Amino acid sequence: MSYSLAKVDQIIDGYGADKEALVQILLDIQHEFRWLSRETLLHTADRLGLPMNQLYNVTTFYKHFSLVPQGRHAVSVCVGTACHVRGATRLLDRVAQGFKLSPDETSADEKFSLKTVSCLGCCALGPVMVVDGKYMSNPTSNEIAKVVEECE
Amino acid sequence: MARLNSVSDLDALRKDILSRRDPKKTKVSVCSGTGCRAYDSEKVIESLKSGLNTHGLNDKVDLVTTGCHGFCELGPVMVIYPEGIAYFKIKPDDVDEIITGTLSQGKVVDRLLYVDQEGNVQVKEHDIPFYKHQNRVVFGNNQLIDPENIDDYLALDGYQALATCLGSMSPEEVLETVKKANLRGRGGGGFPAGQKWEATRNAPGDVKYVIVNADEGDPGAYMDRSILEGNPHSVLEGMLIGAYAIGCQKGFIYIRQEYPLAVEHLDRAIEQMRELGLLGDNILGTGFDFEISVHRGAGAFVSGESSALMSSIEGKVGEPRPKYIRTSISGVHGCPSDLNNVETWANVPVIINKGVDWFTAIGTEGSKGTKIFSLVGKVNNTGLVEVPMGMKLHDIIFKIGGGIRDGKKFKAVQTGGPSGGVIPENMLDLPVDFDALDKVGSMMGSGGMIVMDEETCMVDVAKYFLEFLADESCGKCVPCREGITQMLHILKMICAGEGQPGDLELLEEVAAMTKECSLCALGQSAPNPVLSSLRYFQAEYEAHVNDKCCPAHVCKDLITYHIDPAKCKGCGKCLRNCAVGAISGTKKEPHIIDLDKCTKCDTCFMVCPPKFSAVTKLSGKESIA
Repeated sequence: MSYSLAKVDQIIDGYGADKEALVQILLDIQHEFRWLSRETLLHTADRLGLPMNQLYNVTTFYKHFSLVPQGRHAVSVCVGTACHVRGATRLLDRVAQGFKLSPDETSADEKFSLKTVSCLGCCALGPVMVVDGKYMSNPTSNEIAKVVEECE
Repeated sequence: MARLNSVSDLDALRKDILSRRDPKKTKVSVCSGTGCRAYDSEKVIESLKSGLNTHGLNDKVDLVTTGCHGFCELGPVMVIYPEGIAYFKIKPDDVDEIITGTLSQGKVVDRLLYVDQEGNVQVKEHDIPFYKHQNRVVFGNNQLIDPENIDDYLALDGYQALATCLGSMSPEEVLETVKKANLRGRGGGGFPAGQKWEATRNAPGDVKYVIVNADEGDPGAYMDRSILEGNPHSVLEGMLIGAYAIGCQKGFIYIRQEYPLAVEHLDRAIEQMRELGLLGDNILGTGFDFEISVHRGAGAFVSGESSALMSSIEGKVGEPRPKYIRTSISGVHGCPSDLNNVETWANVPVIINKGVDWFTAIGTEGSKGTKIFSLVGKVNNTGLVEVPMGMKLHDIIFKIGGGIRDGKKFKAVQTGGPSGGVIPENMLDLPVDFDALDKVGSMMGSGGMIVMDEETCMVDVAKYFLEFLADESCGKCVPCREGITQMLHILKMICAGEGQPGDLELLEEVAAMTKECSLCALGQSAPNPVLSSLRYFQAEYEAHVNDKCCPAHVCKDLITYHIDPAKCKGCGKCLRNCAVGAISGTKKEPHIIDLDKCTKCDTCFMVCPPKFSAVTKLSGKESIA
């Protein structure tokens, strides 16, 4: 989705432009646009009357925030403890190989983003790969290649 | 919904709800927790809805979409009441047979029933070993409640405990009750909740806060999420009772944004409470005012630490501070703040409703009540289990968990997540409570219980936890930031086959420093996974360092993949599946792996048919032979 500062303002106003709601505001903006642009951060800092360094402080501290655009397809591999003992490291290798991405990387055409997550609570399926909300239990290299092909 | 202006209004509403419900009516409960959703339970529910409609059963059958039932291994899970018939691994295609068979004629669909490892079939839920040995005090209502419908909670005595407290107990009496029950914090530390409440109550100041810590960060535990998704009102009720006892008008719920369904159900529950007047001014006409705001965490493990969490609520980075002054004296905005974990709060209404004697009859001398564990890893019955404190590890893993998967041998169980440790086989008789786990170098933690078999490498597991912690350490204090990094560096070298004599001693030395000098519990407990595995599995560390061998065949740099020519029948499955073309061979002839091309992705090992088991992993001296 392309950025609209009007939408950003709407989110900020939803919290009454409260400084203390900074994390909540940024979460909503991140959710809406999948990343936080420099322009948005400057605008948010301005609206909340906060120094820009506080926004950088917060956005680089918490994992969920992304300061670069995210891919259209979200690929995640669970690296929680249960998945780890059941072979998540090998799965992550296969997924990285299949999607040609390292963890926390987005492809140049902004098609895929690969992330690792800690425990999705479906440990019985582990190790698990999730692509756009669809869960796959320990896929082989061939099965991963098929998913890559199917994504538009 | 009309606002409730008194305790008797609440009683009248409950009576009204119950009068409209027939306990003998067939009720189909389908789990729609995150685990079952991953197995497409939503499609099953859709088919059920349309099927009940087509067969004209809407009046005869109540369909309840619930939160997590706990038996995640066999999802999607369904229970049909009042009989208690349990079906597992249901596919949308099975729904028609359930409707025409079970719901219309009472005929049980055999293939959806539970079958144990010995082949015994169980029709009823309470006969299944996984459930039979549990004591589901907090978690039991999950499968009876639609979390989005407050009526379901009210029908099961919901908000009765709050009414009792507000209507007929003084705040001091409530506090005394929780103290007497010796309710200890379920989030990890095990600190007595009543003492925390009292400290906050006695702290100077007019404005005080209560906080629900739902920043469940242990990467192997998900019970808090399942309670909030499945029974949010139980936590909210506990929180209101705590607020009344302490003397607070405002509360915060700090929940990970990674749990969207829990946030959604929590928001809905709060909305319903407001409509009924269970939040806001003059709750139940008793003069008690209370408001709640929900804060989503943006992904930082350390923010689950109390002082860090409070700083995060203020919109800042969630870094811990030194606690010369406790948060119960000076927390959010410098005001006295009481923080308890989700499961702790959910225990409070139970204690009020059933009484101190009932509660303290469950558990051990020092740990009362039950604890929910996420029993996961190499165990047959993966899921959430709630057991009385003091149950033996062996009973949890083998009686409830059904033993180790694929007939493998038990090696260790890890409790307490990144702050805990591993417990070896000769300690399986250990009764599980706060103090016993502490004594053996592990801890209760939030309740992760990861079962490991002979194919789990203990050095790799220690490295895993340190990688997690190195990533999550906020970096504010040097001992934690550098200590974890250096321990991780040593372990990485060991796992890569570059371990040197003296590494293990150095590891212990750095661990002792990190434990002693770190600012918060993250750093202080970070060495536990290393120290406990060193203590019980030193030989495995030595094999890595001295023999460059990973006995469990896990550490990638220490193993090679090999096809046993005597076993390989040349089916070609591994060849077709190898992503890098490292396998060659003609059909019906033994295949060969080119080790220069092999990326050790494990695919050939996974796809080799079990009847051949020709692909093997070799390590240390095995490889040379």
